Parts: sequence; structure tokens; C-alpha cells
Amino acid sequence: MSAAQSGAKPYYFVPQPSHWPITGSAALLFLGLGAAFWVNGMDAGPWLVGLGFCILLVMLFGWFGTVIGESEGRLYSRRVDRSFRWGMSWFIFSEVMFFAAFFGALFYVRNLSVPDLGSLNSKLLWPDYTAGWPTVGPYLKETFTPMGAMGIPLLNTIILLTSGFTLTVAHHGLTSGHRGQLKIWLLLTILLGATFLGFQAYEYTHAYSELNLKLSSGVYGSTFFMLTGFHGAHVTIGAIMLTVMLGRTVKGHFTPDHHFAFEAAAWYWHFVDVVWLLLFVLVYWLV
Amino acid sequence: MVRNKTGNRAGHRHLRTAFAAMLLGPGTALAALEWNLQTPVTPVAQQMYDLHAFIFWVCVVIFVAVFGVMFYSIFKHRRSVGHKAHQFHENTTVEIIWTVIPFLILLFMAFPATKTILAMKDTTGPGLTVKVTGYQWKWSYDYLQEGFGFYSNLTTPLAQIENRAPKGEHYLLEVDKPMVVPVDTKVRLLITANDVIHSWWVPAFGVKQDAIPGFVRDTWFRADKPGIYRGQCAELCGKEHGFMPIVVEVKSKGDYAAWVSAQKQNAAAAGDDPNKVWDPKDLIARGEKVFASNCAACHQANGKGVPGAFPALDGSKIVNGPEAAQVALLLNGRPGTAMVSWKQLSDTDLAAVITYTRNSWGNHTGESIGPALIKTARQ
Amino acid sequence: MSSIPHDHATGHAEEPPHAHDDHAHGPHGGIMRWVTTTNHKDIGTLYLCFSLIMFFVGGIMALTIRAELFEPGLQIVHPEFFNSMTTLHGLIMIFGAIMPAAVGFANWMIPMLIGAPDMAFARMNNWSFWLLPPAVILLGVSFFVPGGAAAGGWTLYPPLSTQAGMGMDLTIFAIHIMGASSIMGSINIITTILNLRAPGMTLMKMPLFCWTWLITAYLLVAVMPVLAGAVTMLLTDRHFGTTFFNAAGGGDPVLFQHVFWFFGHPEVYILILPAFGIISSIIPTFARKPLFGYASMVYAVAGIAILSFIVWAHHMFTVGMPAAGLLFFMYATMLIAVPTGVKVFNWLATMWKGEMTFEAPMLFAIGFLFLFTLGGFTGLVLAITPVDIQLQDTYYVVAHFHYVMVAGSLFAFFGGTYYWIPKWTGTMYDERLGKLHFWGSMIFFNITFFPMHFLGLAGMPRRIPDYAQQFADWNMVASIGALGFGLSQLIFLYAVIKCIRGDGAKAPAKPWDGGDTLEWTLPSPPPYHTFETPPVIR
Ligand code: HEA
Ligand code: HEA
Ligand code: HEC
Ligand code: CUA
Ligand SMILES: [Cu+2]
Repeated sequence: MSAAQSGAKPYYFVPQPSHWPITGSAALLFLGLGAAFWVNGMDAGPWLVGLGFCILLVMLFGWFGTVIGESEGRLYSRRVDRSFRWGMSWFIFSEVMFFAAFFGALFYVRNLSVPDLGSLNSKLLWPDYTAGWPTVGPYLKETFTPMGAMGIPLLNTIILLTSGFTLTVAHHGLTSGHRGQLKIWLLLTILLGATFLGFQAYEYTHAYSELNLKLSSGVYGSTFFMLTGFHGAHVTIGAIMLTVMLGRTVKGHFTPDHHFAFEAAAWYWHFVDVVWLLLFVLVYWLV
Repeated sequence: MVRNKTGNRAGHRHLRTAFAAMLLGPGTALAALEWNLQTPVTPVAQQMYDLHAFIFWVCVVIFVAVFGVMFYSIFKHRRSVGHKAHQFHENTTVEIIWTVIPFLILLFMAFPATKTILAMKDTTGPGLTVKVTGYQWKWSYDYLQEGFGFYSNLTTPLAQIENRAPKGEHYLLEVDKPMVVPVDTKVRLLITANDVIHSWWVPAFGVKQDAIPGFVRDTWFRADKPGIYRGQCAELCGKEHGFMPIVVEVKSKGDYAAWVSAQKQNAAAAGDDPNKVWDPKDLIARGEKVFASNCAACHQANGKGVPGAFPALDGSKIVNGPEAAQVALLLNGRPGTAMVSWKQLSDTDLAAVITYTRNSWGNHTGESIGPALIKTARQ
Repeated sequence: MSSIPHDHATGHAEEPPHAHDDHAHGPHGGIMRWVTTTNHKDIGTLYLCFSLIMFFVGGIMALTIRAELFEPGLQIVHPEFFNSMTTLHGLIMIFGAIMPAAVGFANWMIPMLIGAPDMAFARMNNWSFWLLPPAVILLGVSFFVPGGAAAGGWTLYPPLSTQAGMGMDLTIFAIHIMGASSIMGSINIITTILNLRAPGMTLMKMPLFCWTWLITAYLLVAVMPVLAGAVTMLLTDRHFGTTFFNAAGGGDPVLFQHVFWFFGHPEVYILILPAFGIISSIIPTFARKPLFGYASMVYAVAGIAILSFIVWAHHMFTVGMPAAGLLFFMYATMLIAVPTGVKVFNWLATMWKGEMTFEAPMLFAIGFLFLFTLGGFTGLVLAITPVDIQLQDTYYVVAHFHYVMVAGSLFAFFGGTYYWIPKWTGTMYDERLGKLHFWGSMIFFNITFFPMHFLGLAGMPRRIPDYAQQFADWNMVASIGALGFGLSQLIFLYAVIKCIRGDGAKAPAKPWDGGDTLEWTLPSPPPYHTFETPPVIR
């Protein structure tokens, strides 16, 4: 808004017209089209997805770059800051509901559909099936070994919980003006996140090559990979967000009372942490 | 996407009745028009009918009362008759009244509904149990205790559907072999499906139960009156969803017993000898029938399929390739596609339909496949 | 789009025009103005125009359906294409017409009603809108891929949808994109309402429209991700070997229905609550009385929203739930009649002893009241489980939801358009056209949809391209009605275009003598930027 240019700090910052949104829309159009082509085995698919992805990256860099510029240019008043807080909270709430759909599916198959398939009526269709968990269901033949909870998953739990702690230490460093502390502990958090992801990748290869546990291993495989996979994707996003924060710290951004971006990334990280705890209990432990 | 429309005389009659209905409204002689639920023939359907009537009238009374007030206000409290606005805007007492009264009315409605639900769900003590399976797009009935079963296919000719012939009385609601049950007997249905979700619905019985592939759901009815009752599949199940009717014939107990023994005899007689060596002509003729009632819905009678959805069999690589591949395909289906396993067909029927497809349209393999081959392939 | 004036000479009571404010960096010119805009009024306009176009697209699909059903037999389209028409008609009307219209109203009105300078996240607001065209393009492309567009109904039940061709994948991705759009739009609205109210504008002083949207946005944030989850599972079942909805691997097709309706039922209140808000703005204005029972109206909306999360399985009474499930969902569903009743009675009490006049907005509000309540009653009939067993998946349901969505949401949006279009364009709409549009819609709507109750009771299933002879007469009536209803909408189109082109009387700042909310303190049309310094509300 022009009031900004004319010196006086505006009551509320309203950005100039921007071409980033439409760029993002183009990216999603190509991504959607490309993904649909790809899953149907058409050659154009991967190319379109690649194109969409590149455009998306450009858009993300451009858009976030603009926001960072505005923030560092101190165009955001307290009220704008509060808007960001509301916005991030509701975004995280929407993510909670997204995971809720998958946890709901897990609850449903374990407590309703699988027992139903082993019930007396179902003997008519599946005479030999006995309900239980984990299961590949009444028809699929390939068996697998379920993922144990006490090996890598437990280690990963400890890693993520620790990373929540290190991130809090980093935040304290930021609010108390100890930027060295901030940088080191933030870096540590990111490394812990990366370790988590490394272990998860290892766990997946282990599942596929030794346990014969696959995405297609009945509802156990479906729910296991869907829940842990989406969680892993969120850890990745969170780690990228933290890395950006580290980069900005190195560049000298943030002050003890003006660093909402950092806090947003931290909120997100803690959210991912809590989801993991649920996963650990419901997916790995209570088998 | 355009179909040719060949003259449909009936149209004009409908148009006239329709206009009559619009102009004259209710109360005139419009016997042809249906207004309400079908006449129930089971106790549960009767309860549903009464429940609907009860709720309907309660709603009508509330509606008339509420909008009586509104129209009174509209006519009296308008500027054009010089009414001046009174500026009140709150009154806790009335708010409480119009929260509590609807709540009480609802309790009043919930009570009989609860009773019906409990009756509806009580499937204990059946006199007869029939397994009902939905397929794209037909039903099958298996009489579990008696040990026989059959498919039930739509019999309305294509010519009627495509307006090339006048429509019959039971247009779209007629089948080759109806389900048959005895009167005054609790019939328990075990309902499932083979491919997608269907729903078995006969309005006169008050039964509508989704048929869910891989699961068995049960429901029941007890018909009070012999007769023929018609219903339709009530869950979208693909392109022929509108063309998979349900017909149930309720017979007296004696007639039913006679029907059962006839069925058993038929089943024994029709049990083809799987080792019989067929004359290819007969096999092809039989195959054509099997094809028409099982495959033509997707692959079309001319074998051309529907581009993009259902492949053409005319010229298909599988149909013109090694026969073992086609036999395997028919026995196993292609998981994840509409092409399901057809192993429930008899050896002879499968042999016939394969032979037919391999020697029809542009396919001329000249091969004839015997039931024995299918029998071996099944093992 | 007429020119939107940029002069700030006309300030308003609370806000003196500020001198420093010369807007050197105003909007781009030409098409780029609309593509890059961050202005809530521009974006509102975009949403409303988009929704109108989609209404016509969906309407043409509806007319194809009605033409095929004009008489028994297959005449015009193949069954598979018919199913695509039904599916896309449902999806486009809900996600393309009604929801964007509601967001359009929110964009235009909420900042003006609470005295905010714009939406909280103006740039993201642009993206929320501009995600819709890609989604619609995906749906459009799906008609031309092998296998054709999705044909499994807007509810996308597997395994039918697992069987379908590539059109289903495009539909799934379109839903993902529309979901992202809705979530961002909703976060924006919630934040704007919670954070950008002018000083003195307490939550309980906000016009009811803001309240209904606040709660709608909350519902959206809560359920759109669940829909995204459902279609994601569908996608992996289709292509990556998962078995969520396949008994062979221990899954269950009914699981999809639970997840879908956990979204789907709140969704129908998402469609109606903003309409309630508009009606709550119109009736007091034309009755020249304050809204009766403001606080209880707010509580009623909240009550509806809360209840909406625990009633979803009333769409699934025939899947074979245990009796306890049937009873719970029946009772919970019936309860919704109580808060909805409170709203209806409060509107009546607002009209009571008022000084009513009957311009087009008021006519549509009254039409809404009458027909929505009728649709609510048929909803109640459907809620009674044993009765629903007979009516589930019949035309009775089709009648029910068109009463609540067409005569409900859509009529409210028509009313809202007539009510606010003088503000938006600065030109009064043509009252004669408005009245004609109302009576045409009212009469033909009932001719179209009232007979569907009889069809459903008599046993006509929905989603069928051909039907038995005993359904012929009422279907013909309905089809004739649909043609008339469609033609009536051309009047609306004409009336709106006239306003946009400035062809009509110049609208004063406050065209309705009964209006007392903030937007009427602004000139018509309002300046490009409003409330850059907040007004103070006493
Ligand atoms: C705007 C959208 C909207 C709204 C507001 C509603 C409102 C309601 N709906 Fe509806 N509904 C749909 C959209 C909507 N619905 C859609 C789209 C479908 C079909 C989806 C599909 O399958 O494709 C559907 C289907 C549907 C079904 C499933 C039918 C089936 O498939 O078998 C049921 C069953 O319970 C139902 C019930 C209700 C009820 C009880 C209400 C209540 O909220 C109504 C409450 C209102 C009133 C009752 C009137 C006012 C009250 C009074 C004046 C007080 C006094 C009254 C009494 C004491 C009775 N709806
Ligand atoms: C809010 C949403 C909304 C709206 C506004 C409408 C509007 C209409 N609907 Fe829709 N409908 C749904 C939501 C909606 N519908 C849903 C969710 C379904 C379920 C889908 C499913 O089963 O999956 C459905 C299903 C549905 C069916 C059942 C289909 C089936 O089961 O196979 C029918 C049948 O008559 C129908 C008819 C109509 C008609 C005639 C209109 C009319 O109101 C439309 C009027 C508008 C126009 C006609 C366009 C404007 C005018 C022109 C373009 C000018 C040209 C006009 C002429 C030359 C006449 N609808
Ligand atoms: C519900 C629809 C449906 C029915 C009924 C059906 N099919 Fe199919 N059929 C399909 C589909 C879909 C495919 C393609 C599967 C794929 O994508 O691999 C197919 C594939 C085939 C093929 C392989 C064609 C090729 O070239 O790949 C043969 C042969 C075949 N069907 C024969 C039959 C016979 C014989 C019957 C009847 C007994 C029958 N089908 C019934 C849907 C159906
Ligand atoms: Cu089977 Cu519809
Ligand atoms: Cu509902």
C-alpha cells in the first residue's frame, strides 16, 4: 500500500498487486495434469510434473522472498504479526484434521472392518479368514512381518523429542539475544531432523527388502505407509522451514521481539513431533 | 453422444397429462400419477408407511402454523398499509418457548421411529435364508438350504429402450427369473456384491440394503400377500445402474414347495457333462447367449466395446492369441478393473463364451474350446 | 467490469480522506489488474463472476439430465455420459457455483462490515481465487481423456470410482486444488474477522453475516482436509496397491463413505450458513426493525455447526449399520431442527410488526424462508431412519437437497446480489427485472422440484438415465419446469450486466432506508481502498 511509500507506517499492511499467486496456480495446474497423466502411464506425465514443480519452486522463492523483504523492511505492524499468528494456527489445525482422516481410517479398519471380515456372516465369503492385526486381509496371499516398535521407531522417537528440546533452546537464544546459541542449536535441530529422515528411509528399505512389508500389504501396509509417509513428508517440510530460518539467522534477520517466521517454523515442528508420538503409540506400539 | 430418436407416440400423451396436472393441481382425476409410497405388503413396510404419514402430517401442521403467521405479518405489517415498525428485538421467554416446543415434538417423532428400527434390525428366526449377490449388472439368488441358485437378468428388449418398439407394461422392471419366496415366512437375506456397491430394494417390502463387495449384510422381510413385487438397484453402480431390476414372486406355501422341487430337478438336469464333446456350432450358439447376458453390457453385442472404458473383443490380441491366456483371464479377471472373475459360470458356459468370442465378428480362430479344458484350468 | 473510481474525495463519516494518500501504485491496468489484484473488492468480483459462469455450466448439465429424463427410453445421451453429467453437475454446482459465490460475498462485504482495510492476507486471497480456474480446467480436460469424465456421482464412492478411468484422477486432483483454495480462503476470513475489526466492533456487535462466515470458515478448515485425505486414499487404492476400500486386503468400501460424509455433512451447512447470514441482513433492512434475538441467532449457528460433526451417517442408513448406530445418528440429526427452527422463528419475529416493503432482495428472502423450511422438513423426514430406508437414493432426496440448496443457498445469493449490487456497482438494479426474476424462479422452481417428492415416494431411484412407465408424467413436468427455471436465470444475467454497465439509476450511498450497517456509510460504489484508517464504532 502506498501509505508505506509515503513514509507513515500504515494501520495495516496491504501488499501491492502480485504475480506470484497466478504463478503458483500455473504450477498446480501442471502438477495436477502431470500427476494424472503419470499415474496412467502417459509419457507426458513426468515432464509436466517436473515443469510444475520447477514453477512451484520459483514461486515459493519469489513469494517468500517478497514476504521476507517486507518483514525485514519493517512494513508489518503488531496487528499484521497477530494475523500471521492466527493464520499459522489455523493452518496447523487443518493439518491436524488431515492426519485425523488417516488415523480415523486406521481406527476403522482395526476395530470395525477387519473384525467384520472375520465374523460369522463373512464365513460365507471368506471361510478361512480369521480376523487379527496385523493382517493382509482375507484374500491377499503374500505375508509380511510387521514393523517392530522398539528398534528404529523408538530411536526415532527419542530423536524427535530431543529435536523439540534443542529447538526450544535455540528459541531462547533468539529471545535473549544470544545469536551464537541460536545458530548452533538450530543447526542441531535440523541435523536431528535429517537423522530421523535417514533412519526412516533405512526403515522403509528394510521393510521392503527383508520384512516383505509393502504399501500393498493389505490394510496394515496401507495404513502404515500412508501415516508414516505423510508424517515423513511433514518432517521434510519442517526441516526445510528450519533450514530457511537458519539461513536467515546467518544473514542477520530476526530480533528478539520480531521473529514470527522462526516461531511459525517452531510451531510446525512441534506439531510434527506430536503427530509422531501418536504414530509411535498407535501404529508401531499397539500392534 | 447423440442417439437417434425414432418416433415415440407415448410422448404426447404424457405431455397432455403433464399439463393437465400442472393446471388442475391435486384433487382432479389423476389416477395415473403416483403420489405416495407403494402399498406395503410386509409389517415393517406398513410401519414405515404409517411413520411417514405421521411425520408428514406433523410437518404440515407446523408448516401451516409457521407460515400462517408469516403471511399474516406480510399482509398486515407492510408499509403500503401504513404499518409502522415497532423496535423490539429481544425476548428470552419466547426464545425458550420456541426452543423447547420443537424439541418436544421431536421426542414425539423419535419414539415410534425407534420401535420400527428395532423391529427392522431383528433378523432372528428366519424360515428361509437366501444369499443375494449384486453384479454389474444383474442379481443372483442362492437358496442356501435347498442348494440351488440362479441369475436374474433384465428382459426388456433393447428395442424398447431405444424407442424402436412400444414400451411394455413392466418396462425396465422385468427379469427372466424372479426370486421366489413363500408367503407368511420370515425370509432372511444375506446380501453381498461381486464388484461394486449395489443396493437391493423392493419398496413394497420396506427393504433396502446396500450390497457391499467383500462383506455380507443381512436383512429380512415377511410378505403377507402372494403377488409379484418389483424394485430396482438403488446404488449407482456404473452405466447400467438403471437397468438392474429386482422382481420377487411371493407364492403360497404349496406353490413355493412345488417351485423348489422343480428347481432342484432342473439343476440336476442342467448339470452339463463336463466331458461332453460339443459340436462347435452348438457351442457357439450357446456362447452367444452367455455373452448376451454376461458380457455384452460392457463389451457390447457387436464386440466393439466402449472406447476408453471397455476394450473391443473384436480383434483383441487376447481373444486371437493363445487360448490359455483367455481362459486364465476369464477365470481370474483383471484385479482393479471392471473385468472381474467369471469363475462362477459353469465350465460349459465359459467354454461356450470363449469359443463364441474367438469365432465371431472379425475373429476367426476356428478353435473350439471344450469344457474339459476349463475344468483343468480351474485346478 | 465498469471502472471502479479511484478518487478519495468522498470520504465518509468516521474517516476523513487522508491527504498523503495518492495511490501512485494503484492496480495494474487491463487484464493484469484482475490477475494480480490484492484488493478484496476485485477478488470478490472475480469470485462472483466465476460462480455465475459455473452456475450456468452446471445448469446446462442439469438441463441435459432433464432432457434425457423428459420421457422414458434413451434419447439423447449414453448412460455413461449421463452419469458424468450427474456427477459433474453436482461437483460444479457445489464447488464451482455455491461455494465461490459465498466466498465472493465474504470478500466484498466482510471488510466493509467490520471496518477493515482489506482481507488479512490480501496476496493469499488472490491465490485462493486463482486456484479455482486450474481446478475447473482439470475437470474440463477429464471429458476428453480415455474413459471420459468421472461418472460415479459427486460422492465418488469406491469401488465404482476405483474402477473408473483417468477422468477420476483428474477429478481427485481438482478436488485437492479446490480444497487448498477453500482452506486458504477460510483462514483468511477467520483471521480477518478475529484480528481486523475496527475499534469498538466487538464480536457481538458484528453483523450476523460475519458470524455465519466465521463459523463456516471454521467448518471448512476442519473438513476440507478430511476430504483431501479421503480422495488421497482413493488415489493410492487406484494406483499404488493400497486396500483402504477393498475387502480383499482387509479394507472396507464403507470406510470411504464414513470419511466422505464426515466432510460431506458439514459441507452442506457450509453451503447454507452464509446464506443464513445474508437473509439475516436483508430481513431487518426491509422490515425496518433490528434483527430479533441476535444473540440466540449466533448460538443457533454455533449449535448447528457443532451438531453437524456428529450426524454424518444419516447418509448411510442403508449400508447396514447396527441398530445403535442408526439410533444415534437419527437422534443427532433430528436435533438440528431445533437450532434451525430458532433461526426461522427469529426471522419471523423480525418481520413481525415491522414496516415491510417488498423489493427483490426481500422477495427472495421470503422465498428462501418458505422453501428452505420446506426443504428442512423433508430433511427431517429423511432423518427418520425407517422412512429413509424407503427414500434413500431416490428422487425424494434429490427434491430435498434442491429445496435447501437452490431455494435455500441460491435464492439467498440472488437476494444478496440485489441487496448489495447497488453498493458494488453504484447503479440500481432494475426492479421490474428483479421481480420478474423472482416470480419466474419461484414458480418454475416448484414445478421442477416439487414433483420429485412424488417420484421418490413412488420409488424412482436417482442417478438413472431411464425409468419405468409410472414415473413418466412427473418427470415430464419436472423437465418442463427446469427449462423455465433455466430461462428465468437469463433475466438475472441481464439485470446484473445492466448494473455492471452502469445502465440504470445512480445508487445513493444508502439505497435502503432500513440499512444500518457500516457498508451503507460508504459511497456507492465504495472507493478502491476503504477504511485505511479504521472507523470507530460506538
Ligand atoms: C444446503 C444444504 C443442506 C441443508 C441445509 C440440509 C439440511 C438437512 N438435511 Fe440434508 N442433504 C443435503 C443438503 C442439505 N441438507 C444434500 C446435498 C443431500 C444429499 C447428498 C447426496 O446424497 O448427494 C442431503 C441429504 C440428506 C439426508 C440423506 C438422505 C439419503 O440419502 O438417504 C438426510 C437424512 O437425514 C438429510 C437430513 C437433513 C436435515 C435433518 C437437515 C436439517 O438441517 C433441516 C433443519 C430445518 C428444519 C427442520 C426446518 C425449520 C425448522 C423449524 C420451522 C422448527 C420446527 C420444526 C420441527 C420441530 C420439525 N439430508
Ligand atoms: C447447489 C447446487 C445445485 C444447484 C444450483 C442445482 C440446480 C439444478 N439441478 Fe441439481 N444437483 C445437485 C446440486 C445442485 N443442482 C447435486 C449435488 C446433485 C447430486 C449429484 C449426484 O447425484 O452425484 C444434483 C442432481 C440433480 C439431479 C439428479 C440427477 C440424477 O440423479 O441423475 C437433477 C435432475 O433433475 C438435477 C436438476 C437440477 C436442475 C434442473 C437445476 C436448476 O436449478 C439449474 C438451473 C440453471 C440453469 C438451467 C442454467 C442457467 C440458464 C442457462 C444456461 C440459459 C440457457 C437455458 C435455457 C435455454 C433453458 N440435479
Ligand atoms: C463390467 C464390465 C465387464 C463385463 C461384464 C465383462 N468385461 Fe471383459 N473386460 C472389461 C474391462 C474393463 C476389460 C479391460 C481390463 C483391463 O483394463 O485390462 C476387459 C477385458 C476383457 C478381455 C481382454 C481384452 C483385451 O484385449 O485386453 C477379454 C477377452 C474379456 N474382457 C472378455 C469378457 C467376457 C468373455 C465376458 C463375459 C463372460 C466379459 N469380458 C465381461 C469389462 C467387462
Ligand atoms: Cu446395481 Cu445400481
Ligand atoms: Cu447430511
